[in-house]
Amino acid sequence: MFAFIVRRILQAVVVMAVISCIGFAIKHSFGDPVRELSGMTVSAQERERLREELGLNDPFLVQWGRFLKGAVHGDLGMSYLYKKPAMEIILGKAPATMELVIAASVIILILSVPIGIYAAVRPRSWLSRFFMGVSVIGVSIPVFLTAILLISIFSVQLGWLPSFGRGNELTPLFGGAWMSGFFTWDGITHLVLPALSLSSIMLPLFIRLIRAEMKETLEAEYVKFARAKGLKPWRVLVVHAFKNTLLPVITVGGVQLGIMIAYTVLTETVFQWQGMGFMFLEALQRSDVSLMSAYLVFVGFVFVVVNTVVDIVYGLVNPMVRIAGRK
Amino acid sequence: MSDEPLLDVSDLTVSFDFRRRSLAAVSGVSFRLARGERLGIVGESGAGKSVTGFAILNLISKPGRITGGTISFEGRELTALRAEEMRQVRGNRISMIFQDPMMTLNPVLTVGTQMVETIRAHAGVSRRQAEERAVEALRKVYISSPERRLRQYPHEFSGGMRQRIVIAIALLTSPALIIADEPTTALDVTIQAEIMDLLLKLCESERMGLILITHDLAVVSQVTQRIAVMYAGRIVELGETARIVENPSHPYTRGLLAALPQSAARGRRLAQIPGSMPNLTTVPAGCPFSDRCERCESVCRERIPPLTAKDTGCLAACHLLD
Ligand SMILES: Nc1ncnc2c1ncn2[C@@H]1O[C@H](COP(=O)(O)OP(=O)(O)OP(=O)(O)O)[C@@H](O)[C@H]1O
Ligand SMILES: [Mg+2]
Repeated sequence: MFAFIVRRILQAVVVMAVISCIGFAIKHSFGDPVRELSGMTVSAQERERLREELGLNDPFLVQWGRFLKGAVHGDLGMSYLYKKPAMEIILGKAPATMELVIAASVIILILSVPIGIYAAVRPRSWLSRFFMGVSVIGVSIPVFLTAILLISIFSVQLGWLPSFGRGNELTPLFGGAWMSGFFTWDGITHLVLPALSLSSIMLPLFIRLIRAEMKETLEAEYVKFARAKGLKPWRVLVVHAFKNTLLPVITVGGVQLGIMIAYTVLTETVFQWQGMGFMFLEALQRSDVSLMSAYLVFVGFVFVVVNTVVDIVYGLVNPMVRIAGRK
Repeated sequence: MSDEPLLDVSDLTVSFDFRRRSLAAVSGVSFRLARGERLGIVGESGAGKSVTGFAILNLISKPGRITGGTISFEGRELTALRAEEMRQVRGNRISMIFQDPMMTLNPVLTVGTQMVETIRAHAGVSRRQAEERAVEALRKVYISSPERRLRQYPHEFSGGMRQRIVIAIALLTSPALIIADEPTTALDVTIQAEIMDLLLKLCESERMGLILITHDLAVVSQVTQRIAVMYAGRIVELGETARIVENPSHPYTRGLLAALPQSAARGRRLAQIPGSMPNLTTVPAGCPFSDRCERCESVCRERIPPLTAKDTGCLAACHLLD
């Protein structure tokens, strides 16, 4: 198992290097830090001197090496929009996005597992057909449409939930580095609609995945044998069948979690949620290439970490992987 | 001990509901089993052997259901039991052994978990007590260092060892009856005999009844006291093993015996029954075997022959033997 973890982490490091290369290439080819640093009035010679000073005339690989070295130390360059280190901006915005993703994941988990299992066990029931029908519709509606629909129903018509922002009652955690909306009623009501619309893309997918996997494992010989052993029905379902569907669900789940971070750009924009996604769109509009590439590298990093953790958890659930790693 | 049989299956019919109609995979099957008796159910693939076995445990899955007949076990009518009562019979009074030990054990649970859960589903014992019983059962099937083996997963065992574990699981609750559905078919030839011997020895020492489902007449003749030969969902011959093997009545049983390699060794050509078993939709009217039978007469195509006593001392379903 230890060797397996080490191997998996090494792979993650390689992937990170590639991501940083792409992030840097974008910055290298589209951004002009000299223009960003200096005004229009600076002369051509002055610019050339500045370029030399900043090392912008060095070969690509040398510059990438410098970028990497900075990145390892948490330095992803300066945001010219905010006139602050990009990393500082991102870290300030990350908690809002993380809370949104966590809330959406919780919604997905709480709903998809029981619905998926139910739809697999009773595929012909009226309720299963209803869930499957809704999930087809759910997959095909774009996130921003879902978001606008939710706002018009729950904010405009019913007036139950706020439609934008994170509210004014955030709780400071870790000495104020993380402003959390999880601990006040106001914070949670602000979270409901954005989290629902963010989960709307993945939820149908997970329900269908769990249902399909569950249906397959329910046909397996070991499930029949578990029944023939006279186990209680819930134990056959949860311990024997569901534990086996967990493996593919964890794998897909890890990837989807990463993809969900990408979808936060849309959700955060619609709900004016002050997170990384909102910031990214702002950086894009104002052509803050430095901040954009920093965002890409940071999100890539989160994605890789999540996937690595998922793989290790997969290894813990699946005894076959554990054995392979032990050798 | 009373004369009451351990198991009395009477006129059992199992049908599968398809879109347009319902087709019988098992029709009018009747047999009895005394306490500690061993019965073989033989027949080609698709004869309805497995369906019969699963029907006894009321484990026929979705489109299928028991549409007729009674199954009396230890004086109780199994088809009338409520779900929870039936659960308490399964794996407790009647255990089942499946064909492929590679598929029977759950890959993500340790052998210990799969044994302990079986005991605890039927008896209110602590985890520790259950583990002790599991260790004991593994010893009975000759698994070495059973305490350590309990912590291992199925893929750490060979096929033969896994089938021995499945047998150990079947033994855990000291059942009165074991239904073994082709327990050696998926194993190496060398291991087949070993597993069969073990099963036979345990059935004798624990006085358990056995229903051995197989298409291997040679195995059945060594292990069982009586045989039921099935064809297209019906029992076509039923009687003492020795008599049927020595002197088969039904043309189908004769065909099966002639197809055994041992028969060919006596100088005859390795015979084959022409054609193949009909599926649920193509069973001929009249005797189901009529279109493969060399002796078929017009009456065979008109009426289904009843299972009646013949002068060989067995029951057979054939018009031409009276
Ligand atoms: N779930 C099912 N749905 C539809 N038909 C089925 C189902 N299970 C069994 N049958 C049908 O019932 C008949 C008997 O099947 P069964 O599995 O009992 O055969 P068998 O004698 O055990 O054969 P084998 O030696 O291949 O195991 C077959 O024709 C099969 O097609
Ligand atoms: Mg079968």
